[in-house]
This record gives sequence, C-alpha cells and structure tokens, in this order.
Amino acid sequence: MPMMSYIDAVTTALREEMERDERVFILGEDVGKRGGVFRATAGLYEQFGEARVLDTPLTESAIVGVAIGAAAYGMRPVAEIQFADFIFPATNQIISEAAKLYYRSNGTWKCPLVIRAPYGGGVHGALYHSQSVEKIFAGVPGLQIVMPSTPYDVKGLLKSAIRSDNPILFFEHKRCYRLIKDEVPQEDYTIPIGKADLKREGSDVTVITYGLPVHLTLEAAKDLEKEGISTHVLDLRTLVPLDREAVVEAAVKTGKVLVIHEDNKTGGFGGEVVATIAEEALFDLDAPIQRLCGPDVPAMPYNPILEKEFMLNKDKIANAIRELAEF
Amino acid sequence: MHRQRGLTDEQVVEMYRYMLLARKLDERLWLLNRAGKIPFTISCQGQEGIQVGAAFALDREKDWICPYYRDLALVLAFGQTVRDNMLAAFAKAEDPNSGGRQMPGHYGDTRYRILSGSSPVTTQVLHAVGIAYAGKLEQKDFVVLTSCGEGSSNQGDWHEACNFAGVHQLPVVFMVENNQYAISVPLEKQVAGENIAARANGYGFPGIQVDGNDPLAVYQAVKEAVDRARSGNGPTLIEAITYRLLPHSSDDDDRSYRSNEEVEMAKKKDGLLVFRNYLLENKLWTEQQDQELLAQIMEEINEATAYAEAAPHPNPTDLYKHVYV
Repeated sequence: MPMMSYIDAVTTALREEMERDERVFILGEDVGKRGGVFRATAGLYEQFGEARVLDTPLTESAIVGVAIGAAAYGMRPVAEIQFADFIFPATNQIISEAAKLYYRSNGTWKCPLVIRAPYGGGVHGALYHSQSVEKIFAGVPGLQIVMPSTPYDVKGLLKSAIRSDNPILFFEHKRCYRLIKDEVPQEDYTIPIGKADLKREGSDVTVITYGLPVHLTLEAAKDLEKEGISTHVLDLRTLVPLDREAVVEAAVKTGKVLVIHEDNKTGGFGGEVVATIAEEALFDLDAPIQRLCGPDVPAMPYNPILEKEFMLNKDKIANAIRELAEF
Repeated sequence: MHRQRGLTDEQVVEMYRYMLLARKLDERLWLLNRAGKIPFTISCQGQEGIQVGAAFALDREKDWICPYYRDLALVLAFGQTVRDNMLAAFAKAEDPNSGGRQMPGHYGDTRYRILSGSSPVTTQVLHAVGIAYAGKLEQKDFVVLTSCGEGSSNQGDWHEACNFAGVHQLPVVFMVENNQYAISVPLEKQVAGENIAARANGYGFPGIQVDGNDPLAVYQAVKEAVDRARSGNGPTLIEAITYRLLPHSSDDDDRSYRSNEEVEMAKKKDGLLVFRNYLLENKLWTEQQDQELLAQIMEEINEATAYAEAAPHPNPTDLYKHVYV
C-alpha cells in the first residue's frame, strides 16, 4: 500500500469521486488553476476542466448558496471554504438553508452537499487562520460533521460524504495536511459516517478526541506506557452523528475519561461527549470526567509563545492523562 | 397590444384568470386569518400582474423558479392549485410545500420545479444561480427565474448572486418586485442610487425597469430576458414597479407608517383592475363572463377551504421525520 499524506488523500478522494460520478463538481476560491492554496485540488482543473473545478468570485455565501442550488437540482457539489475561519459569511446559507432544506420540504428536496474547510492551529495562522469552528454547527440538526484524523480515514470518509444525500461539513485539520502520512489502499473504499475508531486499547484512562489531538494523544500514550499507564484512545471521526455506543463503551472500559479537543472548552463538542457519558455510564466511572481543550480566549494569537500556549501538545495531554490515572 | 407582444387572446384571458384567482384566494386567506381559522397570512395583492406576466414568459414545462413569499400568483400559474395553498394555510399534512412545517407563502414543489424557500430573505437568489450553473454543466436549456422584494435587493446574497451569474453568464432572470415598502421602511430609505435596475450595470448585464401594474409590459420584459438567457447571453435584472396594497402580513398594521390616501391612490392603479378594463375595452371579455369566472373561482376556493380545514394534521411523530436522508 502506498504511503500518502493527509492532503493527498483529500485530492485522491476528490479525483476518484469525480471520475466515478459526473455530477460531482468542485467550487471555491483558488481551487481551479492554482489547485487550492493548500493544493488540495491540485491537478483536478487539468483533468476535469474549469467547469467542474470552478474558481468562484471571493464570496463564501455564494460558494455555499450556489452549491445548495446545484445540490437541490441533483448535482453533488463539493464546496471548499479556504479557511474554516472564513465560513461565517456562509453561515446563513449553511444553517438556514442546507440544514433545513430536506426537513422544511417534508423530505421532497434533498441537499447532497459537502463543504470542505481546513481548520485548526499550529501553523502560525494567527487569529483568523487557526480557528476550530465545529461547535458553531454541531448543535444544528440537519447537518453532519466529519473530522478525520488520518489519511486512510480522509479518503474513506470523504468518499462517503460525497455519496451521501445529506449536507456534510468536512473539516480537515490543516496541521495534519503534510505532517500525517499513512498507508492508504489504492482501491475504492468507504468508511461509514457516524462510526468512531478505537485507535489504541488500554486499561487505565480513556481519551476521547478527534483531529490532530488523536496523534498527540497516541504519542503521549506511548510515553506513558513506559510509566506503566495504559491509555485507551477513541477517535470520534464524526461528531454528528455521534457514535454514542462507542463513546459509552470506551468510557466504561477504564472508568476514567479525558475528552480532548482544540476548539474552546466552553460550548465545545466535548461537553456533548461528557453529557452522553454522564447520562449513560455515570455509575461506571471511577473519577470525574476531565476536559482538555483550547482555552476560552477569542482566538489563537500570532506570537509563537502565545500560539504554543493555546495549542495542545503531547506533554499537556500526558500530564492530563497522568493526573487522571493517579486519581 | 398583446398580439404585438406575441400573446393570443386566449392567453391574455388565461393570464387574467390567474390574477383573479390569486386575488380571490389571497382575500380568502385574510378572511380566514381574521376569523381566527389560520394564524398567519402574507399577501400578493397588487403584485399579481408581475407574477403572471413573468410566469407566461417562462416555459412552464421546463423552467425553474425560486420565488419569495409574495409569489402566490406565480406559483398558481406554475401549476400549484388553490387546494395546495389552502392546505399550506391550514398547515396540514398534505400541504405539498412542506407538510405543514412552514408558514404559508413558503413555496416549494418538486412537481413544478419550484425550489423550497425559507424566511431569511434573498437566500433563494443564490440557489437560482446554482440551479442555473447545474443546468449549464448538464447542457440543458432551461432558465431560472428568481424573485424578491426591493428591500431584499440590499442583501449581500443578492449582490453575490448577481455578480456570480454575471461572471458566468448564467441563464437567470433576477426579478425585483418593487412594491415600495420593506415592511414599514419606504423605498427612499432602502435603496440608494438611481434605481434598482441600474445596479445591473455593475454586474455586466441589462437592467430593465417595467410597470408592474401592466402584466403585458412585464411579460414582454421577462420574455426578452428569458430569450436572452436561453440563447446563452446571460442574466437580466428586471425591476417591476408596483405598490403593496395591504399590510406586510396579517400581523402588521400599515396605518402606523403610511397614509390611507396613499393606499387609496395606489388602488386606482391596481394591475388587476387595469388589466380587466383592458380586456373589456378590447372586447376580449364581458361583464357576464367576469361574473361567471368569479363564481367558478369562489366555488373552487370554497371547496379548497372546506377540504383543507377538514384535512388531517400531521402526526406528532412526524416531527422527527426527514431530518436526514
């Protein structure tokens, strides 16, 4: 199996789906000739032409609104928002339109739309190129939210998202783009949306997370193993729908749960995970559930010291696991 | 005059029938609201001529519409029935627009290529552009007409849609039904610049102002726009000027922001009356035919009212359906 980077898995999934289904087309800023500012759509303009790899005017609401119209007609648009931080001008289209079209039409109009957006920090992106935005949308029924951590999952989940008849937000951690590589099969495969993935079996502490912190946690777990602490790691992969069964099973496994995400703590998706465990597995717990999250400051500063202070890393995660193990 | 514009005598009579049908249905909805039978209604009164003129300029077998909440006459001319709309007014399960989920006036019907709309204004204008782009990708020759009020033409989505369609020369007709008021705020406090049609200059396509009380003039303007769009020459903006004869909705009281004299003056130019007189003067229509048509329409409305009132509500568990496919 070839080794593939996270971003190459994005491109591969897009290319294969565009080859498979003529209704799939891409629209966004700089996605065409330039192949995307991160190069996620590199080579697609050359292969499929400008009509199917459409450079739009600099208008996020139009990118999503036009995609919704095309999706309602029966196409399968994949809209790229260049940075998740810039998705907000399109929020009305996402929340009032994409999320509600199927419901408000009593199941007669569908919205098979994927919105891809790079999110997350650690790339010197400062306040407006580093944000995690999933909590803004996680409480909006009608939307699904996919946040893969590995190239293997990116390919399988992006294909599933494109083939789905639901509007899906596909958030890609931009720090993973070139940092994370793994083996990705050349053949066509899909991963079901709504299934978490157990990354590591352990017996002392359960970590439930998604995106970049999956990798940081696995590194921390390796170190902690030497100290005799065994960590159980669940990658949610999909926030909505949440794999509640896997969450509860993972929590019960060790009775000590740490929920980790880069998004801010207050209102972050971790609260939903914690509530699920509290509702369904409280008496199986041996310690109060802990959260390790981005701090409640408006956004991630440009200054490297401040950026580092905001970002999660292996040591912060190891400390949190250690504290919980010792409880 | 209508023959010069390419409309037959039968077609103009049919246009009048739709205008009268919409007016009488609209009046009934107000009556039902005031009688406490339905919680809400929003009106098309005064704008029927714009909507029917536009509908007749489109190919009602293949073109698409992304309407707004005042387009009752437009959706009737596109195929919806009085019963469909009465079911929506009573929010019954059988309502084809939304199964009783949306407020009345939120049209959507896959049978007639009427895209479902929402309440935040002007979102549908971008959807129209998306449908047109999809048609271009599939090399279809349909046209998309989308409409909104003059207040809505200030929204960012409206500008983004016009610009996008202009860049890609898409087959879209942007129709602004300028009824002088955005709820209570008059045109001069809504729209800067010469007029709305003039904004088209900035998007690189024609902008046409037309008398919205004259369905034949609207027909001609939209027909030219549709022909332009269908032959690959891009979008057109049409500003149809009229007057909103009633309050914004059944929850509004327009006496607090405009004078009775102003409204009475506008009623004299009501497109429905003007068009009726045109038919009578040109011997295309008689008083007797008018009475017969009215009786027929009232019977249809009475039947639909009784049907919709008696129709079953959704089940409580229907609340949970159609969140995801």
